Amino acid sequence: MAEVLVVVEQLDGVVAKPTFELLTLARRLGDPVAVVLGAGADEAASALGQYGAGTVISVQDPAFEEFLVAPKAEALAQVVQSVQPAAVLLTSTLESKEIAARLAVRVGSGLITDATDVRSDGSTTQTVFAGNWSVTAQVRTGVPVITVKANSTAAEAAPVDAAVRELPVTISEASRTARIIKSEPKKASGRPELTEAAIVVSGGRGTGGDFGPVEALADALGAAVGASRAAVDSGWYPHSYQVGQTGKTVSPQLYIAAGISGAIQHRAGMQTSKAIVAINKDPEAPIFALADLGVVGDLHTVLPAVTAEITARKS
Amino acid sequence: MRIVVLVKYVPDATGERSFAADGTVDRAAADGLLSELDEYAIEQALQIADEGDDVEVVAMTLGPDDAADAIKRSLQMGASAGIHINDEAVHGSDSLATSTVLAAAIAKAEPDLVVCGMASTDGAMGVVPAMIAERLGWPGLTFGATLSVSGDTVSIRRDGDVASQTIEASLPAVVSVTDQSGEARYPSMKGILAAKKKPVQHWALADLGVEPAIVGLAAASSTVLETTPRPPKEAGRIVPDSDGAGSAALVDFLSAGKYI
Repeated sequence: MAEVLVVVEQLDGVVAKPTFELLTLARRLGDPVAVVLGAGADEAASALGQYGAGTVISVQDPAFEEFLVAPKAEALAQVVQSVQPAAVLLTSTLESKEIAARLAVRVGSGLITDATDVRSDGSTTQTVFAGNWSVTAQVRTGVPVITVKANSTAAEAAPVDAAVRELPVTISEASRTARIIKSEPKKASGRPELTEAAIVVSGGRGTGGDFGPVEALADALGAAVGASRAAVDSGWYPHSYQVGQTGKTVSPQLYIAAGISGAIQHRAGMQTSKAIVAINKDPEAPIFALADLGVVGDLHTVLPAVTAEITARKS
Repeated sequence: MRIVVLVKYVPDATGERSFAADGTVDRAAADGLLSELDEYAIEQALQIADEGDDVEVVAMTLGPDDAADAIKRSLQMGASAGIHINDEAVHGSDSLATSTVLAAAIAKAEPDLVVCGMASTDGAMGVVPAMIAERLGWPGLTFGATLSVSGDTVSIRRDGDVASQTIEASLPAVVSVTDQSGEARYPSMKGILAAKKKPVQHWALADLGVEPAIVGLAAASSTVLETTPRPPKEAGRIVPDSDGAGSAALVDFLSAGKYI
């Protein structure tokens, strides 16, 4: 069967959940081959094998750490030329989308971004126009390059023994131009990653800047915390937690919007959530039109009461 | 120094957006305007012009006749000139063809710096800046929360999930900026009047040496099979929070859905 490249998202050999989802989708198209760009392939191999990757290609070059994106795209193009896969799947992160874009240019392939499904014939589903339309599309030129949103499918195990194979690459001077001169790691929140979480609790203007009740409910539910653009623009919560058109797109099992009116900008980032709960003081807030359950009330009263009840039930 | 800002004319996101029969965006269905995210790019270019001597800001768009509005708005905000690439053969182009045409136009315009928004508000792929950088072989500094130019060095701060990075490169370069880069200015009355006298060049594919056969819907490297509007959501339950009824309803909902 044809091989399908899956670009692995990992840190120090710990594989991110969306990669297992990609491997699950890749098995519909052929035999998944995992590609680790940078260190960590040996540590990641057994987890990747659990989801069907019989081969793990390890590609390493110091340029991956020193320069932005371009060296990884150049390396991946060489992997594609070597393996001649039926398709290349990547997770829809900022960096991987850019790798995909540059790869498509380099190998002359069609590109589909932000797919929410990939079928065995290679056709994809995307949600567009702020979640109001669904588009089915298919690449018809070259090796299809497809980025898939996190949480698009449930990861299903299919254990095989994974063999790690080193693949040497050559990085040209042309890819060594956008130099990373400083990198300050961010403090981890200790909560699930926003795009991967099964439950997201988000706060907006209605928090008045106090995210305490939002965080407390999130922790009681084991959820990630999100924020609206209004909350981020007010400096109440970091931008990396923004849900919406210019932030993250999330598609959790449950999305709880607290004090968020539901402007189109925000809806674009959460409309495909399986279930939506809204808490807002304004009964006219557009978010209620999306909600499976809407509570017209003050989040500062409602959220702590819910958190207290969950905590009581747990103990 | 010459800065080219890439701007796109898009259907208003607050309007009823839909698709035409050929699977392309229906540009007649909703009013069009300059993509909001491109205003941040114009703003960053204008700030460089405000601080520097002899900086020319050229707004470049690729689109049909209506797209002239995106140039007009850019000129009103303060850009000094416009370039409108307009050719019927471009209709239905995918991101790869779009980047081919824009890369050729940038090569012809010979800027020192290209500034883009982080994504369009219609297609929203956010890949064209990277594709252009790849095609031109120029450094690509994408998703900048800040942008600065000093001599022939450009730098951005990129606010990622795991790290905040500072990226630096030599000009010429392609940069994209996010909506974190700073509020875009509104056109002043003086700016609106001055815009009418600013030069706009009109280019077709022939001016760029791009073969019409490699762009457009027929040459697209991916094809749209079907477009379906999202079915209207069934009305949910709305509970006023009096005497704790709201929190009780929410707890019941969480319990019924096995979230707790």
